[in-house]
This record gives sequence, structure tokens and C-alpha cells, in this order.
Amino acid sequence: MSFILTASIMFAFWILLSGEFSFILILSGVFSSLLVSYMSHDLLIGKGDIKLGLTRTIRFIKYLPWLLWQIVLANLDLVYRTLHPKMPINPRIINFKNDFKTDLGMVILANSITLTPGTVTIEVNENEFIVHTIAEEAAQSLISGEMQARVKKIEGEHNV
Amino acid sequence: MDIRAIITGILLALGCFFIVVASIGIVRFPDFYSRMHPAGKSDTLGQLLVLSGLMVYEGFSLVSVKLLIIIVFIFIVNPTATHALAKAAYVSGLKPWKKEKGKND
Repeated sequence: MSFILTASIMFAFWILLSGEFSFILILSGVFSSLLVSYMSHDLLIGKGDIKLGLTRTIRFIKYLPWLLWQIVLANLDLVYRTLHPKMPINPRIINFKNDFKTDLGMVILANSITLTPGTVTIEVNENEFIVHTIAEEAAQSLISGEMQARVKKIEGEHNV
Repeated sequence: MDIRAIITGILLALGCFFIVVASIGIVRFPDFYSRMHPAGKSDTLGQLLVLSGLMVYEGFSLVSVKLLIIIVFIFIVNPTATHALAKAAYVSGLKPWKKEKGKND
């Protein structure tokens, strides 16, 4: 099942990138997508069930607008701090507990932390997140845990 | 003038503004970790704005779909690369710069 799914995704991607429908291109597309899915079909779909992956994708798309808005805020904040003559920064390193069950949740949270105002993820391990914050407000907004709750919602109840 | 060209111009100008500010930030900030902030964030938004400006200019075609794929790719890769750099510095024991020494740990 995962083999067929990977092969069709790969072939759709091939069509998208080439945009031509001559015989030789289609044929080499079929061959290469079959070859790639033979080698790596367990990587894209994995052993988890497809339905769960799909619900998570939909939840992630619902999360995107909030993330984009946070990125805009992050950049305005950064522009202010960069161009201000006195540079109002007060960097410090904070850490908080990692209570995520899946790798997916950790990756989404770590990348979101890096993209949102005043924080950069330094280290993620099984117990904690270590984050560099550029100002006190940024540290406070991270400790308040709004983002963690949103990412938790994407992750859902399952353990895989 | 074409409305599409105006939107493209605004998006490109905004994107360039963020990239320029990020470069100034990389020069101005005091240490490695705080330099990761402009490098990781403004580049992402700057490239998003520049590439979406090009998407508007191109209209709905195969090229704009490819640009969208590039945007998604950069969105995943840029924070990951920032994280990798910061982690390398942290593991090798670089101490972050502090405003007043000894006040906050």
C-alpha cells in the first residue's frame, strides 16, 4: 500500500516539475518513481497508519495561519531591535520540560520556536528544550505555553 | 500601470527590506547566539516575500507552483539549519553574551 502511494506521489511530483508530456519523459518518470519508491517507500509513509497522518496534516494546515502571523510579528520585533540605536536586547538561555510524545511534535515545536519572536531553539533532547531568547518578553511568552498547547493539538492523543 | 506589477514591486521591496535589516542585524548583534536570530527569521520572511512577489508576477502557472515548493522547502530548512548551527556552538561550549555580567543566569 505504501509502495503504491509513494509511487503515485513521486510520479505526480515528476509531472509537476517537468510539465511536459512527451513519451520519453513520461516513461522515464514512471521508471524513476518506481525505483525511488522501491528503495524508500517505508520512509515517506512509514509504519504509522495513513488516516492519522492525514488528520495531522489537516490540523497542521489549520495551525499555519497563526504561525505565519507570529513570523510577521517576529520580524517586526527584530527590525525594531536591530535598528534601535541602543539595541534593547537582554539575551539569556531558558529551558523547559519536553512533554511531547512524538518526534513530529518536537520538530514542529522546535522549528516554530525558531521562527517566532525572539527565540531560537538550541537543543532538544528527551527531557527538555533549551532555547536562546533575546529579550525578557520573548522568554515570558514561551514559558506561558500557548505554542506548546497549539502543537499538542496537532499531535493529538496517539503515541506514534 | 498594471496592478499586478505594483503588487509585485511592493512585495519585492518589503522582502529586500527584511533581508537588508537581517544583514545589518548580523553585523550589529553582540554574539553568535543573538546573531542567529536575524539569520534564522528575517531570511525566511524575506525570501517568502520575494518569492511570493515573483509568484504574483508569474500568475498561475507551473513556474509559480515550483516557487511555492521552494517557499515550503525554505520554511523547513532555514530554522533547521539555524538550529544545527546553534546546537553545534552550544555543544562545543560557547557561552552566550550577557548584558550585565553575573546578574542573571
